[in-house]
Amino acid sequence: MTTITPPQGQAEIQPPSSEVGVVGWLHHNLFYSKVSVVTTIVLSVLLLAAIWLLLQWVFTGARWGVVTENMRLFLVGQYPKDEIWRLWLTLALLSVTTGLSAGSSKSGAVRMLAMMVMAGQVLLAIMVLISGMGLVGALVLLLNADIVWVAMYAAQRRPIRRLWISLGWLATTVATVALIAGLGEATPLPNVSSTIWGGLLLTILLSVVGILLSFPFGVALAVGRRSNLPVVRFIATTYIELVRAVPLITILFMAQFLFPLILPDGIRIENVIRAMGGIVMFSAAYVAENVRGGLQAVPTGQHEAAFSIGLRTWQTTVFIVLPQALRITIPANVGLFISLLKDTTLVYIISLLDILGIGRAVLANPDYLGATFEVYLFVAMVFFVLSYTLSQASYRLEKELGIGER
Amino acid sequence: MSDPAVNGISTKPRDVQRTPPGEDAEDIIICRDVHKWFGELHVLTGISITIKHGEVLVIAGPSGSGKSTWIRTINRLEEHQRGDIIVDGIELSNDIRNIAAIRSEIGMVFQSFNLFPHLTVLQNVTLGPIRVRKVRREEAEEAAMQLLNRVGIPEQARKYPAQLSGGQQQRVAIARALAMQPKIMLFDEPTSALDPEMISEVLDVMRELAESGMTMLVVTHEMGFAKAAADRMVFFDDGNIVEEGTPEQIFENPQHDRTKLFLSQILTH
Repeated sequence: MTTITPPQGQAEIQPPSSEVGVVGWLHHNLFYSKVSVVTTIVLSVLLLAAIWLLLQWVFTGARWGVVTENMRLFLVGQYPKDEIWRLWLTLALLSVTTGLSAGSSKSGAVRMLAMMVMAGQVLLAIMVLISGMGLVGALVLLLNADIVWVAMYAAQRRPIRRLWISLGWLATTVATVALIAGLGEATPLPNVSSTIWGGLLLTILLSVVGILLSFPFGVALAVGRRSNLPVVRFIATTYIELVRAVPLITILFMAQFLFPLILPDGIRIENVIRAMGGIVMFSAAYVAENVRGGLQAVPTGQHEAAFSIGLRTWQTTVFIVLPQALRITIPANVGLFISLLKDTTLVYIISLLDILGIGRAVLANPDYLGATFEVYLFVAMVFFVLSYTLSQASYRLEKELGIGER
Repeated sequence: MSDPAVNGISTKPRDVQRTPPGEDAEDIIICRDVHKWFGELHVLTGISITIKHGEVLVIAGPSGSGKSTWIRTINRLEEHQRGDIIVDGIELSNDIRNIAAIRSEIGMVFQSFNLFPHLTVLQNVTLGPIRVRKVRREEAEEAAMQLLNRVGIPEQARKYPAQLSGGQQQRVAIARALAMQPKIMLFDEPTSALDPEMISEVLDVMRELAESGMTMLVVTHEMGFAKAAADRMVFFDDGNIVEEGTPEQIFENPQHDRTKLFLSQILTH
């Protein structure tokens, strides 16, 4: 019998410098062949030139007056100057609730959301300073950012039970509606008609409502489409197919012009609410199809195992199948929500002024003739920040939920 | 197994009409002329067999002979189209209460484990007791820890299934089935998906379970287990039982040609 003795001292030989460290990285990624050397150099030169030109324009050529002088419009549209404190108070409430949730939750994704609420308000504070809406507003926003921290730390010390967190979010939602829309003329919170909501405020309201309501609606539709009851299945399928066959613009038009006709006399639903309804209806059909894909990806063995321990059909759906299906569909749904965020700009066709609409309106002013690029670059940056935030939060969530993945 | 009364768990399903036991009160499963078709394909061709309380039945036979399909009809994962199946005095019909009652008396272990990947081991084991038997969480967790001890992996309770080896996953699956305090356990090729090194750890648990008096129906190719633990063996071919007897009878003196061929192939390796 022979034994093989491992050669001595092998471990002390270092890998060559072309394999590790910065040199190794450059070698493997940028300069691994003649073609790659040429490509790297040519592309770097082009990229640097483009960045140089852009920065030069941003700092010397661009006339940012069109953005800074209209910052208030970009942020809140026509929302009355004297009532703007209500928006800051809403954000303060959101900061508290977000901070408490993040502190009580073990989820890194929730904590990341809190960080984003914080960073977002700091950015907002800078924009408020520029807008000339007053130092107070900016200071309040910075204070809000701190509130998120404080609430998070307080809740980390003494975690709050889930029930209370849920109730807190419910209360915050009610308060948000009351603060932004108002309670009535004789109250300290006079009504602010939704027709004058605008700018970033409107964009965010449309997106948040769209996302929060279309998600559960869509999940219900997906489950309905796979139901054993033919009537339920028929209704869900018909709804999904009909809505997906129609462009969002058409749905918004119908919400604007047809819907009021079928309402009984005396009942009027404001424009913004109808737009929200249209967006929710539209988005839900797409959520439903994403989720259906996820439901189909859960193996039949999972159903069988659930049945064999005695779970009913609905319990199997709620406890076994949906959690797995929703996890699989996170990337697809976040992609959908990012496009929903950008699709909210379509509301300009029903004469609502979201942030893009405000941009167009500002550009129609002869004073700002030719400042097109400045306005669109600014709006694009705002959308980039919002979309990128969403996608990062989703990556975080995916990673976190990946723990138990097969 | 712990006494049901101690845990406050009733194992008697309510609202179910129990037919008087057929020939013998000791019979826990009675199949009479059970047929099943998949479309045109006649996969079970009139199975009749009676299984007694505490009996360990090993089911052998070539692939596609209907052995898995048959044990899956017993807890209605597959529907049979003709004949009667009576489990512990409850007739398996389309009545959803009967199906629920029968499922609550039968635990099942699958070839591919089918653990719930999004739940921890402990949550996998406690889900049934908490949601179906309405046991309090603390009690369910305590009982689950006892079961995980019994299958030898209490230290894995907080992990997710994907972090466990195949053998460990299958033992969790057994604990999950036992947590519902079943009277009957069905095993559908429980070791076929396992690495050879892990087969014995699962078979050990099954053997211990057999010795504790559990009624077990085991579809398996592990003839060692059959010899050691089975009270009776049946041999399947073409959708029906072609031979039946004690393991000794089957191994030493097989009557049917198909059984002889199968055994010679499986035992020469």
